[in-house]
Amino acid sequence: MSGAGRLPCPCGAGGGAPFRGNRPKDMFELIGIPPQALFGQLLLGLINGAFYALLSLGLSVIFGLLNVINFTHGAQYMLGAFAAWGLLSYAGLSYWPALILAPIAVAIVGLAIERLFLRRLYGYDHLYGLLLTFGIATILEGVFRQRYGSSGLPYPIPGLLSGGHNLGFMFLPNYRAWVVVVSLAVCLATWFLIERTRLGSYLRAATENAPLVQAFGINVPRMITLTYAFGVGLAGLAGAMAAPIYQVSPLMGSNLIIVVFAVVVIGGMGSIMGSILTGFGLGIIEGFTKVFYPEASNTVVFVIMAIVLLIKPAGLFGQTR
Amino acid sequence: MKATILKLLGVAAVGFGLAFAPHGVRAQVSGNVVKLGVLSDLSGTYSDTTGNGSVRAAKMAAADFGGKVLGKPIEVISADHQNQPDVGSGIARRWIDEEGVDTIVDVPTSSVALAVQQITKEKNRVFLMSGPASSDLTGKACSPVGIQWTYDTYALAHGTGGALVKQGGDSWFFITADYAFGHALERDTSEAVLAAGGKVLGNVNAPFPSADFSSFLLQAQASKAKVIGLANAGADTINSIKQAEEYGIVSGGQRLAGLLVFNTDIHALGLQAAQGLVITVAYDWDMNDATRAFAKRFMAFPESKGVPPSYIQAGVYTEVTHYLRAIQAAGTDEATAVVAKMREMPINDFMVKNGTIRIDGRVMREMYLAQVKSPAESKYPFDYLKILQTIPRDEAFRPLKDGGCYLVK
Repeated sequence: MSGAGRLPCPCGAGGGAPFRGNRPKDMFELIGIPPQALFGQLLLGLINGAFYALLSLGLSVIFGLLNVINFTHGAQYMLGAFAAWGLLSYAGLSYWPALILAPIAVAIVGLAIERLFLRRLYGYDHLYGLLLTFGIATILEGVFRQRYGSSGLPYPIPGLLSGGHNLGFMFLPNYRAWVVVVSLAVCLATWFLIERTRLGSYLRAATENAPLVQAFGINVPRMITLTYAFGVGLAGLAGAMAAPIYQVSPLMGSNLIIVVFAVVVIGGMGSIMGSILTGFGLGIIEGFTKVFYPEASNTVVFVIMAIVLLIKPAGLFGQTR
Repeated sequence: MKATILKLLGVAAVGFGLAFAPHGVRAQVSGNVVKLGVLSDLSGTYSDTTGNGSVRAAKMAAADFGGKVLGKPIEVISADHQNQPDVGSGIARRWIDEEGVDTIVDVPTSSVALAVQQITKEKNRVFLMSGPASSDLTGKACSPVGIQWTYDTYALAHGTGGALVKQGGDSWFFITADYAFGHALERDTSEAVLAAGGKVLGNVNAPFPSADFSSFLLQAQASKAKVIGLANAGADTINSIKQAEEYGIVSGGQRLAGLLVFNTDIHALGLQAAQGLVITVAYDWDMNDATRAFAKRFMAFPESKGVPPSYIQAGVYTEVTHYLRAIQAAGTDEATAVVAKMREMPINDFMVKNGTIRIDGRVMREMYLAQVKSPAESKYPFDYLKILQTIPRDEAFRPLKDGGCYLVK
C-alpha cells in the first residue's frame, strides 16, 4: 500500500532499518520453519479460510442460481456483525441467540433488497446487478461509518469458548477452533442441500430453464428470493462469527470482499464445492505467505487468481457457461 | 477654482497610488480569501482519530478567530485522500493550482503526507501537519514551508520505547505496518531501544491495512521477546491488541507496546483490553480546565461521535489558530512570510506551552508518557489515561542535527 516509493523511506532493501530480516533464530533455520510452527500456520490458514469459504459459498450460491454478482456481500457480512453487537448491547442477547438471529436479520434485509431492487435487473447484463449491489454496499457502509465511526466496537468472546488449548506447536484459542468447525459444517450442509436434495434440484433446474420449472407448479420468483436471502444469511452468519475476533467495524466487509471475490473466481463462478475448497485452500496459502514473505500476504491471492485465469479461465472447478 | 481641481487631482492620485501600491504596502490576501484545505482520511482506518473531526477542528479554529483575517473571509474545505498517496497528491495539486488553497492541513498517513510535502514545497504553500507521524517529514523530507505540529515517530519511540526498556522490557519484536509510517516508527523505536541498552530480536511487516494478526502475533510470541512493539495505528493496532489477548500473549508474560494509540482507539477497544498500555501522547482531553473546555465544545459537534478529540484533532485546532494569528501579524498570506512569522511568535494555547517551530519544521513542545487506566480506576466516561510523566521538549524530539534536513546548516 505504500505508494510513496519515490521518497526516501527506510524500508528499502539494505536501507536504514538495521533489523529487517533478522528474525528469531529458533524459528527460521533453513529455508523455512520447523514443522511445529508449520502446523501452527496451517491451522491459522484454515481459520481464515473458514471465513473465506463461508463468504464465497454465499456468493457462489447467489451467482450460480441468480446470475447476480452480489457486491453487497461484504456489507452484509458487516451487517451480521453489527446485528450481533446490537443484540448484545440493546437487547442483552448473548452470542448464542445472536448466532441464529443475526443471520436471519441480515437475510430479511437481503429479502428486501431482492424484492425491491435486484428483481428488476434480472433481464439485463450482469454489470447492472453488480453496479446496483456495489452502490447498496457503499451506502450501507457509509451510513454505519457515519453513525459508529471507523474504529469499530468491541464484542466479547462468549464465556463458553474463551481461553484455549496449548497444542504443543501453538496456542489454539477455543473460539477459533469453533469457527472452523461451524464453517465446515455449514459449508457441507449447503453443498448437500443444493447438490443432493430435491429442493436443490428444483433450484438448479430453475436456473437452467425457469419457465419450464414454473410450468410444473413451482413458484420460481419466490424460490429465487429465498435463495438470495439464504446466500446473504450466510454472509450474516460469517459476520456474527467474526464479531468476537475482529472489531465490529463498518469497514470490516470492504476489506474482505475483494479477496473473497478472488476466491470465487479461482474456484469457478457458481461452483459450490469449488468455493469451499478454494476458500480453505487459499486461507492456507495466505497463512504460509504470512511467514515466508509477509509483505506479499495481501496480494498472493490475486497472483494466484491471475495465474488461474490464464490457464483455466472458468476457474479451477467451474464450467464455461 | 484651479486650486480645487488640483486638490481633486491630488486626491485621485493618492487613491490610484494606494490601489496600485506594490506588495507589502497593504495587507495582501491572495484571491481575497484565506482558504484552508483539510486533506484527511474521511472514510478509512484513521477517520476516527483524524477525518471529519479534524475538519471540524479547523472550522472551529476559523470561527473562533472571527471568521475573518485581515478583513478577508476564512474558508475551510476538505477532501478524502483514502490513504492513497496518488489520490492525495491529485487533490493537493488541484486545490493549489485551480482552487486557490493557501494551506493544506492535517494529512494523516505518512505516505500521503510525504507526497503532499513535495507538492507544497514546490508550489510554496504552507503545510500544517497534525496527522502524519513519520519523523522523516522534518528529517530527510523536510520543507521550508512544512510544519509538523503535533507529534512524530521519534517522540513516540523514545517516550514509550525508552520507558519500557527502563522497566525491564529489554528485548523487542516488532509488528510493523508495511508502509512509510510503520517503517519510520519501527526504525525510531529500535534506535531508542538500543540506546537504552535493549536489543531487537526481529520484526514482521504486516500489509496495511490487515484484519487478522494471528500469524504475526504467533511469530512475535515465538520470538520470546519481552516486548512486542506494535508499529502500526488505528484499526490495525486495535485488532492486534484484541487478538493478542486471544492468543494469551500478555498472560504468557510478554508485554505489548502500542506505539501509537489514541483515546479513540482505547474507546473502541474498551479498558478491559487496553488497560496497562504505556503510551506517549501529545495531549489528553482531561489534563486541565482549558483542555476540558475545548473537549466539551468539540463533543457538541456530530463529527466527534460523542468522543473527546484525539490529539491530532486538537492539534489541527491549535495549528490553524497559530497560522491565522501569523497571517494577521504578517499582513499577508504569502507562505514564506507567514511561516517566518509563525516561527517568530511563541505558541501558547490549551495544548502547547511555550512552543517554538524549529528550522526543520518540527514544533518543539512537551509530550506526555501516560498509562491506560484499569476499568476500576476509571471514574467517569472517557477517564482513560493517567499521565505518568511530562517529557521535556528537548528530550521528546530528535536533536536538530540528527534529522538530515537540508535546511539545517
